[in-house]
Amino acid sequence: MYPFSYTKVADLDDALAAGRRGGRYIAGGTTLVDLMRETVERPGTLVDISDLPLRRISATPQGGLRIGALVSMAEAAAHPALRTAYPVVTQALELSASAQLRNMASIGGNIMQRTRCGYFRDVTAACNKREPGSGCTAINGHNRTHAILGTSDHCVATHPSDVAVAFAALESTVHVLGPDGPRTIAFGDFHLRPGSTPEREQSLRPGELITAVEIPAHPRPLASGYLKVRDRQSYEFALVSAAVALHVRGRVIQQAKIAAGGVGTVPWKLPAVERHLVGKRPSPQLWTEAAELAAEGARPLEHNGFKVDLLKRTIERQLSTLGGTA
Amino acid sequence: MIVNGVRQTVTIDNRTSLLDLLREHLDLTGTKKGCDAGACGACTVQVDGRRVNACLTLAVRLEGAEVTTIEGLAQSEDELHPLQQAFIDQDAFQCGYCTPGQIMSGVGCIEEGHTGSPGEIREWMSGNICRCGCYVKIVKAVQQAAHGN
Amino acid sequence: MSRPPAIGSPHSRVEGRLKVTGKAPYAADHVIEGTVYGAIVDSTVGRGRITGIDTRAAQAHPGVLRVISHLNAPRLPYNPNPGYANSNNPPGDRLRAFQDDRVQFFGQPVAVVVATTLEAAQHGARLVDVRYDAEQPSTDLTSAPADDPMTYERGDAEAALQSAAVKLAMTYRTARNHHNPMEPHATIARWNGLRLTVWDKTQWVPGTQIELAAVFGLPAASVRVISPYVGGGFGSGLRCWPHVVVAAIAARELGRPVKVVLSRRQMYFGTGFRPAYEYGVRLGSDRSGRLTAMTHDVRAETSSYETFTEGIMGAGQMLYTTANVSQQYRTVPLDVNTPIWMRGPGWATTSFALESAIDELAHELNLDPLELRRRNEPANDQSSGLPFSTRRLRECYTVGAREFGWQRRNPKPRSTREGDWLIGTGMATGVYDTSRNNALAHVRLDADGTAVVQAATSDMGPGTYTSMTQVAADSLGLAMPDVDFRLGDSTMPRVPPHGGSQTMASVGSAVQDGALQVRQLAIQLAVADGRSPLYGVAPGNIVATDGRLHVTNNPRRGETYQRLLSRNNRTHLEALGSFERPAQDRFSLHAYSAVFAEVAVDRQLGLVRLRRMLGVYDAGRIINPKLADSQAIGGMVGGIGTALLEHTVTDHRDGRIVNANLADYLVPVNADITQLRAIYLDGHDAEADPIGVKGLGELVMIGVAAAVANAVFHATGRRIRELPITAEALL
Ligand SMILES: Cc1cc2nc3c(=O)[nH]c(=O)nc-3n(C[C@H](O)[C@H](O)[C@H](O)COP(=O)(O)OP(=O)(O)OC[C@H]3O[C@@H](n4cnc5c(N)ncnc54)[C@H](O)[C@@H]3O)c2cc1C
Ligand code: SF4
Ligand code: FES
Ligand code: FES
Repeated sequence: MYPFSYTKVADLDDALAAGRRGGRYIAGGTTLVDLMRETVERPGTLVDISDLPLRRISATPQGGLRIGALVSMAEAAAHPALRTAYPVVTQALELSASAQLRNMASIGGNIMQRTRCGYFRDVTAACNKREPGSGCTAINGHNRTHAILGTSDHCVATHPSDVAVAFAALESTVHVLGPDGPRTIAFGDFHLRPGSTPEREQSLRPGELITAVEIPAHPRPLASGYLKVRDRQSYEFALVSAAVALHVRGRVIQQAKIAAGGVGTVPWKLPAVERHLVGKRPSPQLWTEAAELAAEGARPLEHNGFKVDLLKRTIERQLSTLGGTA
Repeated sequence: MIVNGVRQTVTIDNRTSLLDLLREHLDLTGTKKGCDAGACGACTVQVDGRRVNACLTLAVRLEGAEVTTIEGLAQSEDELHPLQQAFIDQDAFQCGYCTPGQIMSGVGCIEEGHTGSPGEIREWMSGNICRCGCYVKIVKAVQQAAHGN
Repeated sequence: MSRPPAIGSPHSRVEGRLKVTGKAPYAADHVIEGTVYGAIVDSTVGRGRITGIDTRAAQAHPGVLRVISHLNAPRLPYNPNPGYANSNNPPGDRLRAFQDDRVQFFGQPVAVVVATTLEAAQHGARLVDVRYDAEQPSTDLTSAPADDPMTYERGDAEAALQSAAVKLAMTYRTARNHHNPMEPHATIARWNGLRLTVWDKTQWVPGTQIELAAVFGLPAASVRVISPYVGGGFGSGLRCWPHVVVAAIAARELGRPVKVVLSRRQMYFGTGFRPAYEYGVRLGSDRSGRLTAMTHDVRAETSSYETFTEGIMGAGQMLYTTANVSQQYRTVPLDVNTPIWMRGPGWATTSFALESAIDELAHELNLDPLELRRRNEPANDQSSGLPFSTRRLRECYTVGAREFGWQRRNPKPRSTREGDWLIGTGMATGVYDTSRNNALAHVRLDADGTAVVQAATSDMGPGTYTSMTQVAADSLGLAMPDVDFRLGDSTMPRVPPHGGSQTMASVGSAVQDGALQVRQLAIQLAVADGRSPLYGVAPGNIVATDGRLHVTNNPRRGETYQRLLSRNNRTHLEALGSFERPAQDRFSLHAYSAVFAEVAVDRQLGLVRLRRMLGVYDAGRIINPKLADSQAIGGMVGGIGTALLEHTVTDHRDGRIVNANLADYLVPVNADITQLRAIYLDGHDAEADPIGVKGLGELVMIGVAAAVANAVFHATGRRIRELPITAEALL
């Protein structure tokens, strides 16, 4: 770990000031400390934001929920309002990491977490994301866990977060505070596809601080849930996951909000699947048809071709699980 | 910071993890290092009443925090915490290396109320790897301590 | 009334309290005054030569004391190792730490940074800039050329195959597995003049001692190895790995104790592994399922500098009646570090191939897999012609079938479905040879009526502390709390490696011998002592219980050890117990099992979930059923890992292991494990060793993977011949 200086800030202004000077925010530290130990991350200054007043989950006037950036994954998962309104979020959280890590990790940090690509984490391997221009070892290397969607010739790493997939499905908003004041970023614009600049992962500007993630109101009843497919039954990132929220009225699907994890370089929204469902009556046939559209544009690599099929099947399964109850 | 009820004032490298602070500076070697990366749970301790991975916790951040390790779990030197006793009764360990982390995690699991069924315990104890494969008995030990059977 | 014997009782672990309170000291936990930290720098190329090492940045880092590499390390004698078993040095030329510029595999230790703090040492290691003249490593088992095979021939397998009514030919593949004990390997080394002490994680205290003595050219007596607790090993601790030598080099150079703890990543390069295999099997049988021919064509990873082999060939020669057997076992030298035995070494791998193949044959013949196995149950060991000492496989099958509910099974594959899950059951046979070797143990009975028993063995988890205490307690006639069994110090009597399931048989027998000798000394003292109530009694008529000697049929006539010794002014009685392995075995000695598994396979998503498992074991005498039960379920968990999860992945472009961590190298977690059950057939194998045990720790891993694979076949109708079985194979 490279040496660094450490400062703990008491309020938002201090935080922004420290951020403006190039300080790196640290929340739970479960991504940052891990990567600092691997020398993947080398911040000169750590700005400890854990005392900032960003620990509340509150209802918005419009009927949505706003989750403070420093709410821990565990607190968020246990929150009754969230559990009632958006089980997909609760489930995504509870299926993430471990109980210990969820006690430490924050919602803001979670959507900021970096890829688990083994070559990215190994500083002795070439990696465009870590060292722009050095090459991508994964594209022709071991890439079973890598992305099939949103990839580029420069990087094929997945975004590993689970809850971000649920947030993406629900078309949430990221609230940020920067030197120029607050602004919001649509979740779909928050994470950046690698393109030719895989080192740029979010649309945050330098020094900007995430203050909250807001889930908008959705029409009720909303049947939602998260399905995580992985080799072992816990404590593993997703091979493929599906966040699905369906609003069915009068036996017709009025709204479908769907995203997939483990397959994209960013949490992967599936608008084609959503469109195919809306206005139709739930049926096994429909789930299969809609799921067929999930892997549109997929570019499989040597070891992850199975994800194309697995993605469709995962979406289909989750649709039928929820559609059956809707 | 308060460790097992004792106030500790230490000057350390910013880089020092809580795990290394305990092991290398305070000679509290009961907390174990299995991976140093959040991936095994051997380093589980309680910070301010919640179970966390000490390897990913920077010690400088813990000013004023209360830390409980396996050494501080029992009420006194010659007593055992009910979960420690349950681990012995159920033979919930073999080599014993993951055990302090399992027990600290199990205490958290019980306090959080995730002991409703064996399945629930299994899931909520999955952040602690036991390579000796004692899981079946770890679940029984947590049940014994939580429900007295 | 005298208490029931300790042996056979489900005693809790005697060291349990230390373990649950965090007070049991593992290698890195020893607090040694003045210790500084060593962090190893590993090579970042898979083969080649070091052309230069720039240590300036590392040296300049605050706290760094020294950087040691082949450029400045002392030349060490590295004498031939006189060890009495070969685990320290398989044939070849062992890796010599920092002796030259050659890189033989990715991750090879090339330097060590010593610093006053752990943080400085670790970061210093990152700052060392090593330059290489890199060559293309060869790390792919499937394409690299092999060594000449080891062969075994019985009858004419080719001809018999030709004429067999039923023929099958399959190739199975198993992934490289790493032991991944939860405790990383660690060594603290301290020199005192020409004497070296190491606190080390090892499964063979005397082995590490003689290897260090050989490396540094010292008499063995000048090296002391201390290892009271081992946080798991499963074989990874059977060898003195380079980092142990590195710690000792650094400590000598610095003149201070040095602690080196491998990172989890370094565990994948710095210690051995279960090699990957390609395992071809051909079976020939008649229509009734009687095997007529069997061939095994095996390729296995080894390193370029040593030829590592393991017990691959045994099971194929003796498990089933087969007149014609042909085996070829080829090692394939690769630019990797040398493998080492891992739980159920060799036999576990063979069992996956052989037991899958037998299941395939059963399916082909439309025969129940148990029935097929029964039809090929041999009368004696066809590889040696020797009779079996004990072999209760039929009983394992019967008990297992009954307890598992095998008769309810619909033999048709893919016949049972519950929602999205396809349900299947499968079974496999396990066998492991009973090994034992010469061992010594020292027993001392003190005047206070307590005993101290010592042997330089280890307890990596099976419960050596407890079971040896039980053996000694019964032999001496003492209560368990009055026996203090100590291990893990090379100043104690010599024992074989704590591996191969031989500790109980070898060390246990030596402990029993020593304890019986001491008891005999006490009896002799008593019968010759005119003041003893036992004066003049025939020694054969005296027994020891509850810390007393008394006449067999008259418990009142006797006295305590305490009284006997103090009256005779004896501070203690002592003896060196021994076990000597017979030069030649008159029987075929093996432990056996039948393993039954039930899996559920998601028909759409390809996920395999183990629902329940039962193992029935013929392992001779069970010293402690509580501990034996833990061993068995632990072995099942290990086998489930091998079957469904574990896979060390090498990038053949540069020899890098890409999943050298516990987040990507998957081992089972709690949620993966549901119902596991073990049944031991109560037994005693008098031919194996004086205490009648046949070995446990290896056996319980064997057969598990095949049982799972066979259950997956039964669930899905898909035969998966490659481990681990992952979703992509079943989609
Ligand atoms: C072994 C292991 C298994 C895991 N498994 C899963 C899993 O299954 N699913 C899953 O989703 N995740 C998983 N994780 C990842 C874990 O959830 C993340 O590490 C965690 O959510 C990050 O949150 P944090 O608060 O600890 O972030 P930190 O480590 O504190 O920060 C991460 C990044 O976010 C930045 N940051 C943090 N807060 C803010 C803010 N408010 N504004 C701006 N920037 C900020 C930091 O500067 C840093 O760059 C796993 C992690 C580990 C170690
Ligand atoms: S996939 Fe992306 S993160 Fe991984 S090596 Fe390539 S560039 Fe780096
Ligand atoms: S050592 Fe902290 S989780 Fe493994
Ligand atoms: S008891 Fe050995 S790792 Fe759990």
